[in-house]
Amino acid sequence: MSTHQLKATPRNGISKCPTGILGLDQITRGGLPKGKPTLLCGGAGCGKTLLAMEFLVRGATEFNEPGVFMAFEETDKELAQNVASMGFDLPALCARKNLFMDYVRVEPSETEESGEYDLEGLFIRLESAINAVGAKRVVLDTIESLFAGFANTNILRSELRRLFGWLKAKGVTAVITAESGDGKMTRQGIEEYVADCVILLDHRVEDQSSTRRLRIVKYRGAMHGTSEYPFLIGETGLSVLPLSSLKLDHKAPTQRVSSGVPRLDTMLGGKGFYRGTSILVSGVAGAGKSSLATHFARAACQRGERALYMASEQSPDEVIRNMRSIGLDLEPWVKRGLLRFYAARPGAFGLERHLVTIHDLITEFNPKVVVIDPITNFASVGTYSEVTSMATRLIDMFKSRQITAMFTSRTSGDSAPELSEVGVSSQMDAWLLLRNLESNGERNRGLYVLKSLGMAHSNQIREFLLTGHGVQLRDVYVGPSGLLTGSARVAQEAMEQAEVLQRKQQAQRKSVTLKQKRQQLEAQIARMRSEFAFEEQGLMLGAHEMELQEKQIVVDRVEMGHARKADLVSAHGNGRA
Amino acid sequence: MKEKRPNRNGKRNEHGMNTTKDKSGEGKRKAARVVWSLRLYIAGETPRSIAALANLQKICDEHLPGRYRVEVVDLLKNPQLAEGDQIVAVPTLVRRLPPPLKRIIGDLSNSERVIVGLDLRPGKVSR
Repeated sequence: MSTHQLKATPRNGISKCPTGILGLDQITRGGLPKGKPTLLCGGAGCGKTLLAMEFLVRGATEFNEPGVFMAFEETDKELAQNVASMGFDLPALCARKNLFMDYVRVEPSETEESGEYDLEGLFIRLESAINAVGAKRVVLDTIESLFAGFANTNILRSELRRLFGWLKAKGVTAVITAESGDGKMTRQGIEEYVADCVILLDHRVEDQSSTRRLRIVKYRGAMHGTSEYPFLIGETGLSVLPLSSLKLDHKAPTQRVSSGVPRLDTMLGGKGFYRGTSILVSGVAGAGKSSLATHFARAACQRGERALYMASEQSPDEVIRNMRSIGLDLEPWVKRGLLRFYAARPGAFGLERHLVTIHDLITEFNPKVVVIDPITNFASVGTYSEVTSMATRLIDMFKSRQITAMFTSRTSGDSAPELSEVGVSSQMDAWLLLRNLESNGERNRGLYVLKSLGMAHSNQIREFLLTGHGVQLRDVYVGPSGLLTGSARVAQEAMEQAEVLQRKQQAQRKSVTLKQKRQQLEAQIARMRSEFAFEEQGLMLGAHEMELQEKQIVVDRVEMGHARKADLVSAHGNGRA
Repeated sequence: MKEKRPNRNGKRNEHGMNTTKDKSGEGKRKAARVVWSLRLYIAGETPRSIAALANLQKICDEHLPGRYRVEVVDLLKNPQLAEGDQIVAVPTLVRRLPPPLKRIIGDLSNSERVIVGLDLRPGKVSR
């Protein structure tokens, strides 16, 4: 469905005329209404003329649609000079009959009015210009200049109405620029006459930084983005942002990527983050956010993926030097072209410029992993809502390209750590919180996974150590006095080790005793056995003797009886002789 | 663009629109002999353009008898001429001579405005 709507001719039948301007065609879902006039209004210096000119130049160069530029304010020469810096060669386009420039000078000071008139002269000029190049696109810039040149506004209004109708009848896609002011979109209320599409440009200064914005006020018969989109005038023309933020249909890959810290991966269901997700790492200054982010970037390089590191506090050299101190050498990756730094002070230019630069970088470098360190620094050049919207657009940009992005966010010491400064946490897929745990006169770092969507993750706090071999995570001890970290943890560990040793020794001792006892017992048993055997033998011998004696007695008695010639009654009983 | 030589009869020519008058002997001073060159831009023979020409002739006959030349340019026939004198509105009357260039738009029905616009006020006519 979404691909349908992006086509120039969607199902609902409204034909669209692509502007070729970066971002604008996405917001309008295809371009301006084809064959109809579009009103482009805005204050002085907000880029109306440039947008209109780019519309024509892109039409001529990219869409094979010649155009007519009718200027009321600047001469052909001035216009050509003004846009030459963006690479638009107007004289060449004119020479190739892709463009027709007509400067219409309206000089009120040397004009007197007497009676009725109309603007047929303008129509005739426009028509001959359109016919000269076979124009499909027309720009009138700035139509309201006519109001300065003519006193009779009633005539002018009716003539303008006629002009818009005439343009429509001609079937040209027209852009009419108008000056806004007095709290109205156009000074003269021209928007009443243009019913099809009205685009408002705005140039505001907030907190000393200026931002140009574009909003589609009206677009009859078509869906369009209704928010204000920042845009900027770049080196190759206009760029309207966001580059894609209307839809919410990102793919959700199930592939996992390592965080670069094995034990952190363990905490994240054992496998790390999902690819294409956005991760927020928040913490106070010095909590180790950059180190964690560097691990993440390095892990990508180790996988052979490209990583982009955007540093807004340190220069690339500083980052490399500082990370070397914890055993992470980034230089080889930079040399191999897998890691690229983009360092710019947030205040160097406005937010929208940063966005476009990031967008251009990503398009060119095509990284799989992006680190923005820290995103909160941008708060200095924009308001809270602007930075939030910038973050939204960044997240959107990354997700649409399946880039896994890590944003670091510095929280100030006194605010709750769960409050990320730019209010983007809800849009993040995973959120790691780095905390300083202060106890016993020392400060230690703790890490925990505040959320990680779509996976079972650990709810425990880990101690976060910056060692000479990078970041390491350790278990923290929960004792009667709370969490134990740092030296308290080390002491606890030593104590436990001693206990273990002690227990081991005790067990050893016990087993020795047991053995001895068994030996003793066995010896005893053996001795008793031998005694018993001896006794038994003695007893058995005695018994045998007695038996023999008994037999002998009987024998003796018989023999005695024989000798005494006694009765042979019995040997027993009355055997007594 | 059509330009006609002075026509003493003051009659309309075969096109009916292009009329130039020059009544000699009227100017007494040297400067007064300067022939005014006027150009009237129209877009087709609409009632408004016919009225503009008639009004122009009436005013000129009154204030510049015999010292003016009117050139009528029909933009429908010669659209490329609109650019030269920066014509947006029609009818537009352009005073090409004497300098400076002056222009008056409309059907010239308000003759007072035309007189002011062309600098035809008595006493200042020849300057």
